[in-house]
Amino acid sequence: MTVKDIFETMDYGTAPESAAEALRWLVDNGDRFGHFIDGKMTDPAATFDSKNPATGEVLAQVSQATQSDVDMAVAAARKAQGKWTKIGGKARAKYLYALARLVQKHARLLSVLETLDNGKPIREARDVDIPLVARHFYYHAGMAQLMDEELPNREALGVCGQIIPWNFPLLMLAWKIAPAIAMGNTVVLKPAEYTPLTALLFAQICNEAGLPKGVVNIVTGDGTVGEMIVTHDRIDKIAFTGSTGVGRRIRETTAGSGKALTLELGGKSPYVVFEDADMDSAVEGLVDAIFFNQGQVCCAGSRLLVQESIAEDFHARLIARMAKLRIGDPLDKSIDVGAIVDPVQLARITALVAQGGHEGTVHQPVPAPNGCFYPPTLITGMHSSAQLMQEEIFGPVLVSTTFRTQAEAVQIANNTRFGLAASVWTENINLALDIAPKLTAGVVWVNGANMLDAAAGFGGVRESGFGREGGWEGLQAYTKPVGKSVAVKPAKTYGKPEDIDVEGLDRTAKMYIGGKQARPDSGYSKAVYSPKGKLLGHAAIGSRKDIRNAVEAARGATAWSNATAHLRAQILYYIGENLSARADEFAARIQALTGTTASKAQTEVSEAIDTLFTFAAWCDKLDGAAKPVPMRGVALAMNEAVGVIGAFCDDRPLGGLVDLIAPAIAMGNRVVAVASDAYPLAATDFYQVLDTSDLPAGVVNILTGSHEDLAKTLAGHLDIDAVWSFSSADISKTIEHESAGNLKRTWVNNGQTRSYAARDWLAQSVEVKTIWVPYGE
Amino acid sequence: MTTTEVTKTQLNAHLPQVHEPRNAGVPLDLDWALGTQANTSAIERRCATLPARRSVKKDHQAAWLLKAITMIDLTTLAGDDTSGRVKRLCAKAANPVRRDILDALGMDRITTGAVCVYHDMVETAVEALDGTGIPVAAVSTGFPAGLSPFHLRVREIEESVKAGAREIDIVISRRHVLTGNWQALYDEICAFRAACGEAHIKAILATGELGSLRNVARASYVCMMAGADFIKTSTGKESVNATLPVSLTMIRTIRDFHARTGFRVGYKPAGGISKAKASLVYLSLIKEELGDHWLQPHMFRFGASSLLGDIERQLEHHVTGRYSAAHRHAIG
Repeated sequence: MTVKDIFETMDYGTAPESAAEALRWLVDNGDRFGHFIDGKMTDPAATFDSKNPATGEVLAQVSQATQSDVDMAVAAARKAQGKWTKIGGKARAKYLYALARLVQKHARLLSVLETLDNGKPIREARDVDIPLVARHFYYHAGMAQLMDEELPNREALGVCGQIIPWNFPLLMLAWKIAPAIAMGNTVVLKPAEYTPLTALLFAQICNEAGLPKGVVNIVTGDGTVGEMIVTHDRIDKIAFTGSTGVGRRIRETTAGSGKALTLELGGKSPYVVFEDADMDSAVEGLVDAIFFNQGQVCCAGSRLLVQESIAEDFHARLIARMAKLRIGDPLDKSIDVGAIVDPVQLARITALVAQGGHEGTVHQPVPAPNGCFYPPTLITGMHSSAQLMQEEIFGPVLVSTTFRTQAEAVQIANNTRFGLAASVWTENINLALDIAPKLTAGVVWVNGANMLDAAAGFGGVRESGFGREGGWEGLQAYTKPVGKSVAVKPAKTYGKPEDIDVEGLDRTAKMYIGGKQARPDSGYSKAVYSPKGKLLGHAAIGSRKDIRNAVEAARGATAWSNATAHLRAQILYYIGENLSARADEFAARIQALTGTTASKAQTEVSEAIDTLFTFAAWCDKLDGAAKPVPMRGVALAMNEAVGVIGAFCDDRPLGGLVDLIAPAIAMGNRVVAVASDAYPLAATDFYQVLDTSDLPAGVVNILTGSHEDLAKTLAGHLDIDAVWSFSSADISKTIEHESAGNLKRTWVNNGQTRSYAARDWLAQSVEVKTIWVPYGE
Repeated sequence: MTTTEVTKTQLNAHLPQVHEPRNAGVPLDLDWALGTQANTSAIERRCATLPARRSVKKDHQAAWLLKAITMIDLTTLAGDDTSGRVKRLCAKAANPVRRDILDALGMDRITTGAVCVYHDMVETAVEALDGTGIPVAAVSTGFPAGLSPFHLRVREIEESVKAGAREIDIVISRRHVLTGNWQALYDEICAFRAACGEAHIKAILATGELGSLRNVARASYVCMMAGADFIKTSTGKESVNATLPVSLTMIRTIRDFHARTGFRVGYKPAGGISKAKASLVYLSLIKEELGDHWLQPHMFRFGASSLLGDIERQLEHHVTGRYSAAHRHAIG
């Protein structure tokens, strides 16, 4: 075309970014790569192809790690870890700073290599991925610098196994490596099989930064390598970002291993547009929400919810906007939608839309070029029951439905197994700030989408996983409280004596469900004897149905989570006060149950009162935060209740119960607590204290029975959001394994006991939700 | 719903001279105008990422810059304008790019979109541009503040039209926007439009003085409802003139107005656009949000005085591969 022709047509033409430098880098490395272990690249062994999805061309040969490679990497990380922790945060900060600077210096090479390997538009790699990578290392250089002063009670976990996905290869590497090494951990990281190349370039950057050998180790390969990492007995923590299916398997596999675990999984994030939204901006926001990175984004706004009154207009505008999207060569700077990462994924997206698209009307206003491309797709007229409204597609496919009212919007938005992110579009700040806390998600964007920053926590709830990345809250995933633990001693139980000594009038200890005393569904009770053989009473033998009832009651007590912190504080104080009034009675009960001394029993009671007062105090003092993110606006970190927490008490008859219900209900959770199996009767006495303290029904439910018998049902219950266990029974593995059902959070003792600071309890009692509120008129 | 036809009155046949059915205006619809929303942060984000989303290179860049020239209202609005100064500007408008550069690019002659002057210079400009087909635009209605007596503002339009101006750039009464007196604004534009007769009316909103993008959007709607042929950002005299966010806000109202009435209203950002690169961003914004139909002189104009010089340098660079200098191009 001549200039004159173009003058008439006003076409864009092409604006290709050169791949020459990146290809040269590959050639310079022989187009073949080994693993990065102990500061050196190993010789390439059995290799697989890393391809450019846009062209199908092979970019390089990458090695499939063997068990011995993984062992070597873990050994190198293990060897390096002690010293890496010991040099202190300030020394580590210098290395992280160097990494940040080097990422910037190699920004273009990294961007082009990322686009070649992944298929994402060069604009995104250049303007989003790589700048965020540098930002993450900068931010965590700062965290390393501040660790010794600001986090004196936390220490590194040890060796972290990290498994990352292919959608943001280097960015996910940064999200994993930066906080880990800042806090003094060493890592063995496996990039995704499809996209290992920038991680291998990063390995060279580690050397350029002078990073001590063994601090970062990178092994490549497919899922079997991931499995070697997950099952490795010398790894202390697994961090995984990827699909919910794999995350679930990792949860099951690591159950009972004592490994710490964080999972950042899939999503089906709602994008809610109210009738008073700036519609054109909301349409444009969808370009960032679902067509960004070809929709291969865990937090993609993939479920559009539009208020009925504007739905027709909105869809028309959206389809017109989609028609303007440019799809094609990812290296072209004027491309909006690049290649799908691999033909396997393309086939998956194609099949899903073929299977489920008929449940609505499919709109594909721009065709996709031949090859590994999928056209931007909108499917309107969907209902919540449609398959594609529920399943993550992980492609540029948006499904849409309508709602009538705010309440219905929340209901539809939360009608999902996932809970990663959500967008809300409205010009009404009352509506925006009212709805944001009601959406079940770890991240909410008001009038925006896919805003990310190192200072702001990111992560999900429900089957989108657990743990946060970014911000102070993200450091929890790579540190543990300082302190030693000891093995739990099983509590002594006392059997039936030859002569039963019955004292006074029969008192029937029932369970406590929904604010009422409840007989066990089983109809069975067990006698509880004192060490001296006195029959102290009978405790109900709880079973599946009792758990079901208790969870229903807890689920229904939503008002507690929405109550003001001040109100919760008053009630916690009141519980403490009422317990205090009956201190002698409880002390006597403890003594009778356990045979401990009077003074120890009194101490347990006074400590329980103290705990109630402490968490009453905390109710309105666990501040959220306004994160200094790089935009005009605020990113609010709000501490929200986890939801319904199931918990197994330790064998302090009263303290074991109060220790866990106090922080949990202080933060607005509802609890299903299973009392000490050996000494259940103080916990059952305690419901009378609760009854007299204005605690709403269902907030605390107390069950009794065998922990072994109840663990599976409680941990497997799909309407529970977290399970804790301080039990003396060997149930940690069962709990972690069963929790995989809905990927609830777990906090188990692994047969160890130790004391925790209030902050540790509180951290387990809240989910940090990040609410992004850009503003400006 | 609208048709285009080649007009016979236009002389420079190399341009796609098309006649758009004029915006006849619609009754004032305040539910529509005031129901509009403009989310500043989201609009700014769109504008911030657009330049990186659309990269126009090589021959395409040259062609786009040439197109930009044809859409410039080459402007002089200075107190010391003289007929000599205006004639020089008109000569530049008729020959905006050195002939050898055009030849090298394989282009025929092009001209700027119009010459824009104060009323007193209209006759001079019309004479100087005789035979070129380049229309003369007059700023009017007590430009730039628009605070002279209403009847004189109307009269000023009539005088300029009589003097041969084919386009009248009027300024709106910002106070009507700031006080929410939308009926007054509507009536004012209707009166100005009537005074324009056959001449096209470009309504200058002085967006830098309207306080918010929401007000910019509302004022855009009211002006279009009253029959504006173009809406224009600024006089060039406000402290903030054309910006991308303001432009995006305004062109989205143009798009919506077209969707609902069938009338295509033109857009003119003015003031502060002095770099070739910036002009490309504006053109891609128009292409993306309004479509190719608006990438023509009768639908889009740049109000600019120094933009042309920068474009000329870029074009010479494109042709020679060497960075150019200002003195190598004729001043206007």
